[in-house]
Order: sequence, then C-alpha cells, then structure tokens
Amino acid sequence: MADLRIKIKNLEFKNPVMTASGTYGFGEEFEDYYNPGILGGIFVKGTTLEPRQGNKYPRMAETPSGMLNAVGLQNKGVDFILENTYPRIKKYDTNIFINVSGSKVEDYVIVTEKINEIKSIPGIELNISCPNVKEGGMAFGTSCPSAAAVVKAVRKVYDGMLIVKLSPNVTDITEIARVCEAEGADGISLINTLLGMAINAQKRKPILSTVTGGLSGPAVKPVALRMVWQVYNAVKIPIIGMGGIMNATDAIEFILAGATGVQVGTANFIDPMVCPKIIEGINNYLERHGFKSVTEIIGALEY
Amino acid sequence: MAKKLVLDFKVSENRRLNSEYVVLTVKTDEEIPSITAGQFAEIKVDGNADVFLRRPFSIQDVDYNNNSLKFLIQSVGKGTETLCNLSVGSTLNILFPLGNRGFSIAPKESRVLLIGGGCGIAPLMLLGKQLLAAGVKPEFLLGARDISALTQTEEYEAIGKTYYTTVDGSKGTKGFVIHHPVLWDESNQFDMIYTCGPDAMMKAVAKYAAKRNIECEASLENTMACGFGVCLCCVTESVKGHVCVCTEGPVFNIKDLKWQISE
Ligand SMILES: Cc1cc2nc3c(=O)[nH]c(=O)nc-3n(C[C@H](O)[C@H](O)[C@H](O)COP(=O)(O)OP(=O)(O)OC[C@H]3O[C@@H](n4cnc5c(N)ncnc54)[C@H](O)[C@@H]3O)c2cc1C
Ligand SMILES: Cc1cc2nc3c(=O)[nH]c(=O)nc-3n(C[C@H](O)[C@H](O)[C@H](O)COP(=O)(O)O)c2cc1C
Ligand code: FES
Repeated sequence: MADLRIKIKNLEFKNPVMTASGTYGFGEEFEDYYNPGILGGIFVKGTTLEPRQGNKYPRMAETPSGMLNAVGLQNKGVDFILENTYPRIKKYDTNIFINVSGSKVEDYVIVTEKINEIKSIPGIELNISCPNVKEGGMAFGTSCPSAAAVVKAVRKVYDGMLIVKLSPNVTDITEIARVCEAEGADGISLINTLLGMAINAQKRKPILSTVTGGLSGPAVKPVALRMVWQVYNAVKIPIIGMGGIMNATDAIEFILAGATGVQVGTANFIDPMVCPKIIEGINNYLERHGFKSVTEIIGALEY
Repeated sequence: MAKKLVLDFKVSENRRLNSEYVVLTVKTDEEIPSITAGQFAEIKVDGNADVFLRRPFSIQDVDYNNNSLKFLIQSVGKGTETLCNLSVGSTLNILFPLGNRGFSIAPKESRVLLIGGGCGIAPLMLLGKQLLAAGVKPEFLLGARDISALTQTEEYEAIGKTYYTTVDGSKGTKGFVIHHPVLWDESNQFDMIYTCGPDAMMKAVAKYAAKRNIECEASLENTMACGFGVCLCCVTESVKGHVCVCTEGPVFNIKDLKWQISE
C-alpha cells in the first residue's frame, strides 16, 4: 500500500481524492454505496447568506462528453447548513469544506464569520466562479481587483484554511491565481465550470431556462489540465485540480500537472462508486511505478 | 425506502412491441429489494459514446422470485435507441430503486382510475398489481396516437378494466384521455386518480380531479443528471419551493405542485 496522505499547509488529507461542490450533496446520499469518511475531503454545495431557490427548470443539458448545469446555487442558507446539516455529517472521518458563495463582498464575509465560529470545520472553499447567478459569483473571479478584494476581506475574518476556487472563464488564469496567493489564500482549487450553451434546433429554443450554463465533465478536462499546469508554474501554494475526472488515470494526470489533491464532480452522477475506485486506482498506479508516496508525483511531469 | 443499489443485470428478454417500444426484462443474481410503484432506475447506456449520463426509467414490473425487473422503453433519442436494440445476454448497470415517494395505495374498496399516455403507462402496471394485492380493483384509461401505439393491452386488461382513447379513433374513444366518457358519466365516482404521461395530459387530468375534489397523484419525468438527489437539476415548483423530483417524488399529490390548474 502506497502512502496516499497529502498535506495542505498543516492539514492532513488521508488521500488526494475529494468531492467537488454541488455534485455530492452533503455526502449522505452516498451512504448506501460507501462510507464518505474514506475520502480525502468533502466540499459541500455552494452556501450563501440567505436561502436561495436557484434557477427555474430546466437546469440541465447533456452535451458531448459532458453536461451543462444552471442550478444557480440553490441552498438553504448558511444558518440552516451550520445548525442542521453540518451536525449530521460531521461524523464523517474526513475534512469537510464549506463552499462559500455570494453576490456581495459583505455577504462572503458574514458567511465566513459564521463558519469561523465552528472550529471543527477545517476550511472553506471561496467560490468566486459560479457562472449561474446574475450578480456576483463568477464576476469576482474574472477580474484581478475584485478577486483580490473578496479574498482579502475574507482572509481578514477567517482563521481556517482558505481555498479559493477559480473560474476558467478568463484570459489569463495565472494573474488571478497570483492575486489570490498575494491576498493570503492557502490553496487554489480549479476549475469551476466553463460558460456554455445548448440549443434545441427543433424548437428553436435554448435548452436551459437561463440560456447559458456551466459545462463540466470530460469535455473540459484538457482545459482544466492546462490551467492547473499554468497555475502550478505561477504560484507556490498547493492546488486542488478538477474538471472531467472520471477515473484514476485522469486524477493522476492532474497530480502530474501540479495538483496536490483532486476533486471529482460530474463523475459521481454516473458512477456513485467512482471515488473509492479512484482512490484504489491511484494506489495501484503508485505501486506499479514504484512510488512510495503520492506526494512524489505532484508536478512530476517530465518534459 | 430500501437501500439504493448499483448492480449489473443481464438482459433476459427484449420484446419488441412496435417500431417505437420494447419491453426489456433484466435479471441479476442479487435479491431485489422491495419496490414501490412509481420508483425508477437510472440505467447506464454502454456502447454509445454520445450518451454521457445515465437514463431514468420507471420500473414497470418486478419479479422477486427471479430477481428481475421490467422496463417499457420508448425510443426517442440516442440512449433509448441503443437500449431498444440490446441483445439478450448484454450487461446493463442499473442504479435503483430511486425516488423516495412512489404512488400511495388507496384504501381497500376505493374506486381508482389509472390514467397513462405514452411511456407513462409503465409505472401504472406495477401500481395496478400493487393495488390489486391491497384489495383495490384498478381501472385503466390509456391514451395513444393510434392503435399501433397502444401496447401491452392484454397485460393491462388482465389487471383491471381498461378504457382506451386514440387521437385518430382507431381504438377506443377518439381524442385524448380527458375526452373519455368514463370521466364524464356522472354515475362514476372515483376516489383517487393516478396519472403518468406527457405534461399536458397530466395537467388536464389534474385539473379534472381538482375540480371534483378527487385525490390525484402524478408521476413527473423531469430531466435528470444523477437521479439520487445530489445535482439539484430535476426540480419542480412545489408548495415548499423548488424540490427535486428524483428524491421528493417522482410521484406528487397534485395539491403539492404549483400547476396552474384552477379556473
Ligand atoms: C422518473 C422518470 C421515469 C421515466 N420513465 C420512462 C419509462 O418508463 N419509459 C421511457 O421510455 N422513458 C421514461 N422516461 C424518459 C426517459 O428517461 C427519456 O426518454 C430518456 O432519458 C431519453 O434519452 P435519449 O438518450 O433517448 O434521448 P436524448 O437523445 O437525450 O434526447 C432525445 C429527446 O428526448 C428528450 N428527453 C430527454 N430526456 C428526457 C426526459 N427525462 N423526459 C422526457 N424527454 C426527454 C429530449 O429533450 C430530446 O428531445 C422517464 C424519465 C424520468 C425522469
Ligand atoms: C450540477 C453541478 C452543480 C455545481 N455546483 C457548484 C457549486 O455550488 N459551487 C461550486 O464551487 N462549484 C459547483 N459546481 C462545479 C463543480 O464543483 C466542478 O468545479 C466542475 O463541475 C468541474 O468538475 P467535473 O468536471 O468533475 O464536474 C457544480 C457542478 C455541477 C455539475
Ligand atoms: S436528478 Fe440530480 S438531484 Fe434529481
């Protein structure tokens, strides 16, 4: 058995496999399949200050090797999550991260302050990259000054681990990653979904109620890998890579490109057992190639 | 509700009903948990690179002794076409039973009508059988475009009295289900109506039931990415706000939905 443990700052993860926000609920739906506690981490659904109903149906369109979603951050609000949901799932023996979303800097700050009260939550993932909300969301993650402003404000009030989740809908991802690092982020996660669109030609109508939505799945993997590699070469803080990971080989590619950990998203919809399979597959790869620890292959791309 | 499973099944029969429909019977070695009519399964479609997500289908019937399930599949696109052409012996990976709320069983001796159209007749077969077992005699009202699109008629007739409508009048009453005289003969007093099928049909039925204060349950078929409550893509508007059809349904009492059906 290879050593699968990784570290981000001083927080240990039992393995590099985590679940992506918005694709794993709060883990409970997976209990019939396996114990979510075997994961390296669970990143729960985007959480906002006030409860949100999300966008109108239809919110999903299948696309070649992927899907578009336009959920629009449907969630019960931070108070409900912390008072009702978190106490139910904190039993999982893994790192639970809350994905913090908002439309104003003040909202991000208030939500973070509330989470900061609960010391058993090791960290947050600051979502400055949601393409499915009218205000805020992705807008924060697509310009350096606004990304800097929100990371700075949140850093000031948060003692735990601060991961910032970046949007791929930018010209130069490294600029944004650098300002997040400069403002005190402990890690970067990427990519959130790529802005896309689907049309029903027969009806001459967009398929999604919001016309545009976020693309995920294997279709985005080459873009995601490229961005992880670019960011790895631009910043010193650890990276959690994601975008189209369907199996252990995909996950290893992200680690070779420079990711310390990976998140699995859309693949959970198709195979609820995909995460345990990826954990096992990474171990097999390491043993086969004679590595003792997964940390040996982080950024180990040879060229 | 039973634990969700993800299991490999083998196709034991692929019975073609007409150019559009097949009935797939699938078998596994494992024991099948108890299924409530209205519950569904997410089937992984292999062998077609254009199909990415699983596809949801109602469980039409279950045979606990043989560990087998039956699905009625209407070919409407790439995934369903691949499924309709599967040969016996093919392996299918199936996630089931999904849906935390199936149809509720009306009290003994109530008079109930099960109204279905298109592939929406599928869950009504299992419902009919479960009603019978509970001492309720189901009656079916099935609608289709024409006689060739009305399938499995003997099987439904074996469970209960069955009425038909076809748009061209080639079988039963000409028109849509809502035009059938069984609904308009004032001596018929239904205690409960169950429906599954195209949205327009279910809304017409719901309007009919609401006006007469008849209890009515409808099974929704919103597009789904996961089928078990984690993607939040399948929502419908309910009195509680947006709820996931895959977990809070797929069967809803029409009183809980925000359908514009009052006059
Ligand atoms: C809970 C539930 C139960 C269902 N039960 C049955 C059943 O018993 N038998 C059956 O034949 N079908 C059933 N359906 C519908 C079935 O899932 C779709 O027809 C199927 O997913 C289409 O896949 P496809 O790849 O063939 O179509 P695609 O190639 O993806 O699309 C072809 C066309 O079908 C439409 N379509 C795609 N998904 C759906 C959907 N979920 N509902 C309606 N139209 C859709 C698309 O808009 C498009 O116009 C059910 C759906 C749900 C949600
Ligand atoms: C249905 C759906 C909902 C999502 N919701 C969120 C969210 O609330 N917050 C967030 O930061 N990312 C969200 N994402 C993005 C994923 O976390 C992930 O970044 C993206 O899907 C790429 O990974 P994948 O290709 O493995 O899915 C969502 C993705 C999907 C498909
Ligand atoms: S289909 Fe994913 S939540 Fe219902």
